[in-house]
Amino acid sequence: MSGGGIKPDVTFAKAAHGTLENAQMRRNLRHATTTIREKRLRAVAEVADWQELRTHGAAVKDHAMANLGQYLEELEASVQRAGGRVHWARGATEARAIVAQIAHSHGAREIIKVKSITTDEIELNGGLAEHGIHAVETDLAELIVQLAEDRPSHILVPAIHRNRSEIRELFQRKLGAELLTDEPKALAEAARVYLREKFLTTKVAISGANFAIAESGTVCVVESEGNGRMCVTLPEVLVSVMGIEKVLPTWEDAAVFLRLLPRSSTAERMNPYNSFWSGVREGDGPQEFHLVLLDNGRTDVLADEVGRQTLRCIRCSACLNVCPVYERTGGHAYGSVYPGPIGAILTPQLLDMKDKNANTLPFASSLCGACYDACPVKINIPEVLIYLRGKVAADKSPNIESIAMKSMAWIMGDARRFEMAIRLARIGQGPLVRDGAIHWLPGMLGGWTSARDMPAMPKQSFREWWRNRTSHPPAAHDPAGGPIAPQRPEEAERP
Amino acid sequence: MTVDLFITCLNDALFPRTGEATTRLLERLGHSVRFNEAQTCCGQMHFNTGYQREALGIIRQFVNVFRDSEVVVAPSGSCVAMVRDLYPRAAEWAGDHALLREVMDLGTRVFELSEFLVNRLGLEDVGAYYPHRITYHPTCHAARVLRVGEAPLRLLQKVRGLTLVELPAADQCCGFGGTFSVKNADTSIAMMGDKVQNVMSTRAEACTAGDNSCLMHIGGGLSRLRSGTRVVHLAEILASTEQEVFA
Repeated sequence: MSGGGIKPDVTFAKAAHGTLENAQMRRNLRHATTTIREKRLRAVAEVADWQELRTHGAAVKDHAMANLGQYLEELEASVQRAGGRVHWARGATEARAIVAQIAHSHGAREIIKVKSITTDEIELNGGLAEHGIHAVETDLAELIVQLAEDRPSHILVPAIHRNRSEIRELFQRKLGAELLTDEPKALAEAARVYLREKFLTTKVAISGANFAIAESGTVCVVESEGNGRMCVTLPEVLVSVMGIEKVLPTWEDAAVFLRLLPRSSTAERMNPYNSFWSGVREGDGPQEFHLVLLDNGRTDVLADEVGRQTLRCIRCSACLNVCPVYERTGGHAYGSVYPGPIGAILTPQLLDMKDKNANTLPFASSLCGACYDACPVKINIPEVLIYLRGKVAADKSPNIESIAMKSMAWIMGDARRFEMAIRLARIGQGPLVRDGAIHWLPGMLGGWTSARDMPAMPKQSFREWWRNRTSHPPAAHDPAGGPIAPQRPEEAERP
Repeated sequence: MTVDLFITCLNDALFPRTGEATTRLLERLGHSVRFNEAQTCCGQMHFNTGYQREALGIIRQFVNVFRDSEVVVAPSGSCVAMVRDLYPRAAEWAGDHALLREVMDLGTRVFELSEFLVNRLGLEDVGAYYPHRITYHPTCHAARVLRVGEAPLRLLQKVRGLTLVELPAADQCCGFGGTFSVKNADTSIAMMGDKVQNVMSTRAEACTAGDNSCLMHIGGGLSRLRSGTRVVHLAEILASTEQEVFA
């Protein structure tokens, strides 16, 4: 199924252990992320005031969040005025039931979908299947994921972990397409033939929303393939499911994001298809429109002063593409439809920091900061990661790590204790040192020595050298002498 | 100028040679170097692993030691980034406004070595001699938090005898990440593997950087592979002269 929700089945370390072994996926991902990274840098460099634009985008989002209740009510009133209906869903179950009920009321056995991570978040496809309704994904990558009974691994490119020959094989098997080559054109044509018929015969469509504009009740979806445009114009009934943080006060605000989003996500100046709809209009497009406003943990995130910046996210996926962790583990390791750096802060917060596996996600980062630089709305992801680590550590019962950390903090609280600890470690390391380095460490630290040597502690610490030097000042140009830190590989060790 | 050296706990215990080099270099440039023996650690490991209450004690210790310093210089981008960027967050999250004011003030006087030399002192040629083929890895916190930019490269370009070779995909993290290297060892090692391959592709004799933590990680991989390529801290290159070779 295409879906997957946001609750990871296992810890990040465990999931990554598995995905890292998939050499094909790592090659696919490296190729894809490297390409998009370079393209994004070029697209962003074209905008002279890019930094100001980021600041502006962040400010608009912060303002909308600070007055969220007001703008959501304004949005509701505008949508109703334009002939649409608005539904409020506290959680995933409620949202699924609302959509299923609407589909049912039209006797739909099949519905078509525009690519929407929010509907994946609430596992809508599975929920509809329980009501005997089959959801057809119309975005090419989502269709691939759905046909492969796989899970999306990227916000923008859900099938980024697949390559063309894998997709050709899938289409042959599942769509009965005769594909002589794996050229993108041939693959797209096979999907097109399958999907065109769906667009023309299905009565109910479901979309997400990139933005919704409160002043006019307008919902917006941007996309590249045109499938979205088909879905929001051809069927009789349109249901849009959006997270409550997607509301923007005005069209002027939306203009900021129509500049920030495409350059950050697909590295384009503008998306090929930008669809906007406000309620219903007689004789033109869907004659029934429903907007489902989804909370699903978002108001809890909003309540946290540090964590709330997460809600600025416009799902561009720039942070995934620049993330060295994501590039190697792939999206599935995050166990949520929100992978990568943004997923590492969004997923655990949406689950109110109560899900054990999701709480390992904030640790799935080397804190290199590439995500913060790339984020078009300046979410300080490293800062939020550290902040959430604090919440996780504070909630844990004492374990080896916390005892070690507390002891270390005590040692570091006083220079004499620190010096004593250095001396003790120097003695303690004795049996482990071979050729000036440590090749094996016990317990948790064994993770280090599984592929890395550790330098042995030198005979003299810096402070010992300093003390020694102050009492015996060296003559000018006197070769320093003393021990050379033995992290340098010994000559004998070199091949 | 009187420079207070913040040696960092890692250098103190494991890489004293880097501290020695930093001292000699600054003295050679005519500065008076002080080492306050009450110093220990910046608290980064605790803070970034989530032990923020414990880190707060270490942070206060740092502030007490360096409160009256004119300038503090450390041979570590990461530890300086902790002081400048995260001390204010730590104080804010703890709701300690007095500490916040103090760390905001102190932060303006704490420098990473290369930014101190290039941006603060306006130096590029520090009179170093190091006849080796070297590649430079820009460490993440120096690059993205401190924005030291080209400072380390400018210093290296002026080192006599040194051949600087560009590191492919230099801006990619080496995968160290403090306790990340142990908590998510598999991922950390995968990142390190790519970094080590890139280092080896340059055919450099050594990879340098401004952080011994990252170098310990990269060097640990190079050593395990018996690559013959070594790692050397930037300070040790800059401290080396015709008379005295540091590394």
